[in-house]
Amino acid sequence: MRIGIDVGGTNTDGVLMQGREVLAWAKKATSADVTSGIKDVLQSLLGTNVQPKDIGAVMIGTTHFTNAVIQRRDLVPTGVVRLCLPAGEAVPPLYDWPRDLQAVVGNHRHLAHGGHEFDGREISPLDADELARIADKLTDAGVNALAIVGVFAPVTPEHEQRASEIFRARNPQVEIALSHEIGRLSLLERENATALNASLAPLARRTMRGFRNALAEMDIQAELYVTQNDGTLMSADFAEQYPVLTFSSGPTNSMRGAAFLTGLSDAMVIDIGGTTTDVGVLSGGFPREASFAVDIGGVRTNFRMPDLISIGLGGGSLVREEGHRIGPDSVGYQIRERSLAFGGDELTATDIAVASGWVELGDPERVANLPEETRSQAQTTIHDLIAQAVDQLRTSPDPVPVIVVGGGSILVHGDLDGASEVHKPEHFLVANAIGAAIAQVSGEVDQIFSLETMSRQAAIGAARDQAHARTIQAGALPDTIEVVELEEIPLPYLPSSAIRIRVKMVGQL
Amino acid sequence: MTESNTVWYVDAEAIENIAVGAGILGTGGGGNPYVGKLMVRRCLDEGAVIPVVSLDAVTDDATAVSVGGMGAPTVSVEKIQRGDEPIVALRALEQYAGRRADYLVPWEIGGTNSTRPLVQSAYSGLPVVDADSMGRAFPELQMCTFSIYGVPCTPAAIADVRHDVALFPKTATTKLLEKYARAVTIEMGGSTGFAFPLMSGAELKRTAIPGTLTLAKEIGRVVREARQTLTDPVAALLSVSGGEVLFRGKITSVHRTMTRGFAKGEIELEGMEDDRGDNLLIEFQNENLVARRGETVIASVPDLISIVDTNTAEPVTTEVLRYGLRVAVVGIPAPQLLRTTRALEVVGPRAFGFNFDYEPLAGEYGAGRIAQTSLS
Repeated sequence: MRIGIDVGGTNTDGVLMQGREVLAWAKKATSADVTSGIKDVLQSLLGTNVQPKDIGAVMIGTTHFTNAVIQRRDLVPTGVVRLCLPAGEAVPPLYDWPRDLQAVVGNHRHLAHGGHEFDGREISPLDADELARIADKLTDAGVNALAIVGVFAPVTPEHEQRASEIFRARNPQVEIALSHEIGRLSLLERENATALNASLAPLARRTMRGFRNALAEMDIQAELYVTQNDGTLMSADFAEQYPVLTFSSGPTNSMRGAAFLTGLSDAMVIDIGGTTTDVGVLSGGFPREASFAVDIGGVRTNFRMPDLISIGLGGGSLVREEGHRIGPDSVGYQIRERSLAFGGDELTATDIAVASGWVELGDPERVANLPEETRSQAQTTIHDLIAQAVDQLRTSPDPVPVIVVGGGSILVHGDLDGASEVHKPEHFLVANAIGAAIAQVSGEVDQIFSLETMSRQAAIGAARDQAHARTIQAGALPDTIEVVELEEIPLPYLPSSAIRIRVKMVGQL
Repeated sequence: MTESNTVWYVDAEAIENIAVGAGILGTGGGGNPYVGKLMVRRCLDEGAVIPVVSLDAVTDDATAVSVGGMGAPTVSVEKIQRGDEPIVALRALEQYAGRRADYLVPWEIGGTNSTRPLVQSAYSGLPVVDADSMGRAFPELQMCTFSIYGVPCTPAAIADVRHDVALFPKTATTKLLEKYARAVTIEMGGSTGFAFPLMSGAELKRTAIPGTLTLAKEIGRVVREARQTLTDPVAALLSVSGGEVLFRGKITSVHRTMTRGFAKGEIELEGMEDDRGDNLLIEFQNENLVARRGETVIASVPDLISIVDTNTAEPVTTEVLRYGLRVAVVGIPAPQLLRTTRALEVVGPRAFGFNFDYEPLAGEYGAGRIAQTSLS
């Protein structure tokens, strides 16, 4: 048996699963310390007839770190050292960040000698004295989080590793994030992600401790995993070091969960929460990825993120102008205090669903005298908002199957324009947690190969072998491993025969 | 041109607009102007004044030099430049030629080279001429109006991040300069700054494509305004570029190969809306070269074939092509200087190895911009 948990900003959801079967589910409030919310969920899931020792693995998905960046909280002052000189001066580190986020991490940005050319030559040798001077400056400024970013480090990581040793020797307390372990080629985006990662280090430590404590207090000794952006798992130790790898795991888990619950691998997924609705596309059981750079809290990164459209419609969205306008403002998690059906005095989208008899919630009498025109107009507005988002993501005019999940799915009733069928799977409230529970492990290779000494086929073969070995290392059962991505990227405008190959494989635990 | 003796100054708004417009004029290649935009913004932060003067304001006896960056976009987004490489090359060139530059001029308005001269203006104080030698992006150096219309490409200079300089006093053809300079660029780490050709104001006015910085800026302005006001950015793009939508569809397959340092390949699209039931095939070599609807060629070089996102008009470069993207394929008529018999020998379909003749798209390059300018 395994447990999937989704720690959101408002709720902590959990499911207990055996094979493909959902044995139990629970939804509790997220606690400030994370631990007690998870404990509540675990308690509820285990009940009386499941023993802690029956649990083989616990998978947690969390939006904790994304929210921290978006809300500019729990981030610590962070040094950024870019190994690049004499290159790199034209755009300093974190230059394109929003001012308020720059203020939080502080101005501790340094350029230093080092880094490599595309073919592995040094741009300049690493200068240990220069780095020691920077280390002392950071220590004097009380900065204990550090991002080290070397030019072409994803291809040649050596300078980042040596620089890291130099900094650690000067200040054993410093928490260091190395860019080659976090992102791909494209320096500014990778640097941004690395700096955010370093800045999240104390929060990551506290959060993982919270996760582990909750398990320990419930006597669960199972392996603890955390889901990452692509819907696959990493160990809790790894997640503690790389919190940025969870940035888009929320929508990914919900879409993977939706695929699992319906058995559909190609469909549109509509995840309706309290304030927003995310619409994304499932292709082959995985979210379709966005092809453009993705902003997290106003910072450009080059993570692969699901291609999502977010609209300001949720269960708590305020209804105005006789139902002509709904959202984007919302009562959010206060729905049970502020919406009409629950005794409040705000008319929300949920009240429309209650008044329409789509759902039994609160006190229907309190919305009974809503004008018929407002109610029917609001129904139309809700429907149109969702149908427009679906239409924007469609790749053909043919109707597509649609899966509706999330706490606000009561807002979808009956047919939807552009949908061939509308699925509201059982357990749609906890699709996120199910997505976490069914997550697989992965192995990835992203490397530049020189075709002067090997053929293209041999290079691809080498990359595949390496990815396969990494997937097994991550704990995958060998006969479940499959290739989910294989991409060849030539390096244009250079006549040298080099090619970048990216391979990702996944497998089941 | 209707503008004369005009000067405008690059400000924060203008550089945002130029970056968007230059991406679209890059026709799939030319590199992403994002890093270049940040470089310009940083110069502006530090108080730089970057004047852009119209082509006809340049006097015949003035000296103008084209500057920009050379190398692989994959390298330049990873190895951020030192910044002043092209000016270092320029100073070496001036010393060799015994002439001082009065003006900088963009080589290529499409992609990242639209912004490099602006940065160099900030470093050197020299004004930038509102013109370039391509009106778009092309994969090789000789595919420029300077060379096509007889401006010698040498002496030429390139410089790297160490401020090492390679000087090419003379090469027989621009194609050879391309070959040698690119070989040195690889040894210099895959990206360099260049300065060439050095020419008189008269030569520049005879050969350059006028108004292209303004065109990039105007395309960016209307597209960004449309995004903000939730009107159609693709329609906005057409209104100033003089272009038309050739096809709307989704990308169904992308095939890439690597030949002599160029990303070559084919993109297949499946029609949507009015084009439903039809397929489009686009062949590219860094930039998009030919668009075929079924067997029929509907657009080819030197006309511009730009693939943009249907919702945002964000350019889809050959590096981010992906299955499932919904795009509009926009055809923009090439500038007249690229449509002459002489030019077509260098930038027409046969120059790229195709065995058909160029059939020009109707309309005029930047037609909407010219109309708008005369209105204002």
